[in-house]
Amino acid sequence: MTVNLSSFIMPLAILLILLIVSAWLIWLERRLLALWQDRYGPNRVGPFGLAQVIADMIKMLTKEDWVPPFADRAVFVISPAITMVTILSAFAIVSFAPGISVASLNIDLLFFISMIALNAYSPVLAGWSSGNRYSLLGALRATAQMVSYEVFMGLSLMGVVALTGSFNILDIVEAQRPLWFCIPQFFGLVVFVIAGIALTHRIPFDLPEAENELVAGYHTEYSGLKFGMFFVGEYLNVILISSLITTFFFGGWLGPVLPPLAWFIIKTFVFICGFILLRASLPRPRYDRLMALGWKIMLPLAILNLVVTGSIILASGY
Amino acid sequence: MNTADISERKDVVQEIRDRFGDGIMAQQPARDGIPTVWVANDRVKDVLKYLKHETAGPYRMLYDLTAIDERFREMRQGQPDSTFTLVYHLLSHERNSDVRIKVPLTGESPRAGSITDIWQAANWYEREVWDMFGIHFDGHPELRRILLPLTWTGHPLRKDHPARATDMGPFSLPDDKAKREEDALRYSPDGVKDVMLLNMGPHHPGTHGLLRMILELDGEQIVNATPEIGFHHRGAEKMGERQSWHTYIPYTDRVDYLAGPLNNFPYVLAVETLAGIEVPDRAKVIRIMVAELFRISNHLVYYGTFSQDVGTMSPVFFMFNDRERVFHIIEAICGGRMHPEWFRIGGVAQDLPKGWDGLVRDFISSMPRRLKEYDGLVLKNRIFKGRTRGVGVLTVDEAIDRGVTGPNLRACGLEWDLRKKRPYSGYDQFAFDVPTMPDGDCYSRAVIRVEEMRQSLKIIEQCLKHMPDGPYKSDHPLATPPRKDRILCDIETLIHHFLSVSWGPVIPAGEAAFGTEGAKGNNTYYLISDGGAMSYRTRIRTPSFPHLQVVPFLTRGLMLSDLIAILGSIDYVLADVDR
Repeated sequence: MTVNLSSFIMPLAILLILLIVSAWLIWLERRLLALWQDRYGPNRVGPFGLAQVIADMIKMLTKEDWVPPFADRAVFVISPAITMVTILSAFAIVSFAPGISVASLNIDLLFFISMIALNAYSPVLAGWSSGNRYSLLGALRATAQMVSYEVFMGLSLMGVVALTGSFNILDIVEAQRPLWFCIPQFFGLVVFVIAGIALTHRIPFDLPEAENELVAGYHTEYSGLKFGMFFVGEYLNVILISSLITTFFFGGWLGPVLPPLAWFIIKTFVFICGFILLRASLPRPRYDRLMALGWKIMLPLAILNLVVTGSIILASGY
Repeated sequence: MNTADISERKDVVQEIRDRFGDGIMAQQPARDGIPTVWVANDRVKDVLKYLKHETAGPYRMLYDLTAIDERFREMRQGQPDSTFTLVYHLLSHERNSDVRIKVPLTGESPRAGSITDIWQAANWYEREVWDMFGIHFDGHPELRRILLPLTWTGHPLRKDHPARATDMGPFSLPDDKAKREEDALRYSPDGVKDVMLLNMGPHHPGTHGLLRMILELDGEQIVNATPEIGFHHRGAEKMGERQSWHTYIPYTDRVDYLAGPLNNFPYVLAVETLAGIEVPDRAKVIRIMVAELFRISNHLVYYGTFSQDVGTMSPVFFMFNDRERVFHIIEAICGGRMHPEWFRIGGVAQDLPKGWDGLVRDFISSMPRRLKEYDGLVLKNRIFKGRTRGVGVLTVDEAIDRGVTGPNLRACGLEWDLRKKRPYSGYDQFAFDVPTMPDGDCYSRAVIRVEEMRQSLKIIEQCLKHMPDGPYKSDHPLATPPRKDRILCDIETLIHHFLSVSWGPVIPAGEAAFGTEGAKGNNTYYLISDGGAMSYRTRIRTPSFPHLQVVPFLTRGLMLSDLIAILGSIDYVLADVDR
């Protein structure tokens, strides 16, 4: 009975908490950016401006749900949902602490990669169905960027899998008890982080929505709740990538003294702040250079990392 | 002007006379000393070609091209008959001198030959003259309106065109009219296939104001870019014809709205040239100090928005904070912020307030450190370099041919700064360098401006150390508003002052152009007085106009992102383009 109940409550609780956290992450980002940029940020609604998120949500929910007459209506409506569904599903495999997770599969990692791959449809379809040329250009950039960066995101994790001998998240974390994978898999970490930023479409990889060039890229025509889904989806993505960096390379919930959940949250929070700091400090490279970086540097690096890891494992006689 | 220049100038007139004896109709003395020659319409192209290609020390830059409606002008003794006069203003960097070629035209809808085959830069200028005066240019590739809506009737800088909204009846925009206006904006290039048209602007985050770029794209590659301007046109030149010489000053602040007093500078200097006013030293140094503060302010905005254009989010906030520090000083001195309207005919509005030196000292002592920090944040960033190096390259020859001046010209390697080459207002008394860069790309244009800020700080520091004593405004009777210390002593002075305040000063008839080194390039006001309390013709030659015209040339074959970098790097303000 308890098992059954918790299998309902746990996913629900995680879902709610994730949505709430990602919404407040918007506040956190705005405040942190403001701090680094010598200004105030949202500080009027509620204590420290915390209620700003609620105000924004009310605004978003009460806006006219407008679909442009030149858009492909069905696809236009579905696309933002794709991003939410795939990212939230990907969270199913994240293990926040022993016992706090939605599912534990023997193919955790593959499930994550497949969800990320499905996520690529969202900007493509959104940009295509909008019937706007800026959106279309954004969609094109998003497709090229996501397809190419997914390739070596997967490859960068294979070193971790090889060292663990399993695709299961719990196994991966447990395997890091002696040594976090950020040391033996340092190049894997670098590639994963860069691919992760590319998947979240954040600076310096925000080309699909580059404001100065493409207005808002693939979601130019979106407003109200549908825009909100893209917006929150981006922050969910940030949490997802941060928590996976923690899980795969920084020992997950492992850590002394504090309870496991606290360790997990602290580590993830640090990476989230890292994402925001990146946004505050870097410019945006040109689209073709980004592709060149991906195929000419990141992919060979990921393969090399896998080959070296494999040979070391073979040589040390596992 | 030194004597060597003047002897050289006699030479150019003599040269033209010797060669085109019969085509030369008259030589006109101008108050600014620029040799002015009247050339018959059928000979002008030969004269211009000769001046550009054949003469020693050629006039390689078409600095300005404009027209004058002469039909109501009274004081033009010794000038050939003309209803409309075309004015070509050429500049020779080798000789460091200008020449003005005037062409008399007759009839109510005159025609002239296009010189777009001699200078590319003439394209927009001729379109502007067509738009404003209705002078038709034969052989122009696409002679259509440039600043006004395509649906406009009449040519506004003609004297008989209404000058105020109240002369034109109430405005309304019924649906059919709105539709007509919208249809006029449709763009369909002929014979171009397999391209995607992308309408960038007039409202777009990357265009820095009301600029419409019509892009023909092949994927993300730009096949052709066509800028459409005029959305910010406010008739600044027309307004000059119905404001008094004094009350026009605030309008000039708003032409390049990021560099307020740097616009006042050429205007008041041109008026002072016409009136023969000598400005006291203290006023000169105050002018220079305020102008250089605004140069820094302008370049800070440039620096911040340019880095924003290539995607860095933070610098623009730091730089706007610094700009706020500049405005803090400007507020203390002038009371205003962006547009202090501080210069006056004959000096400045008021003396410096108590404690100004402390504010300026704080600023110049803290600024170099921050500029260094920004170098690390922007200029040394590798992604920034990757976006800007080798992008939008302009060679010196191309730049000169297309009328590029100021920092953009120095970024191509030519050391050409009017503050050094033709020192005005006492710039020759200051020690500062003119930075140049060899490459002419977007990166060079940014580096030049950063270095210019450092030089401006140097100039301000010298102003601070050596601020002369004395009056802040000239004693000349035409200085406006007049200094008041003697008005209650004798009735003559009182009467003069009363008239000069109520009507505005009456500036002697004549013509004068004065060019200064503005924030974005060479800024020239060409003023014609018919001996009245208002200007007969006010021509504003702004640097942004030719700079924006270069953009299609720079972007062809590059990517969409490069266009944004180029637009950010050339530093234009749409008010400065459209006036």
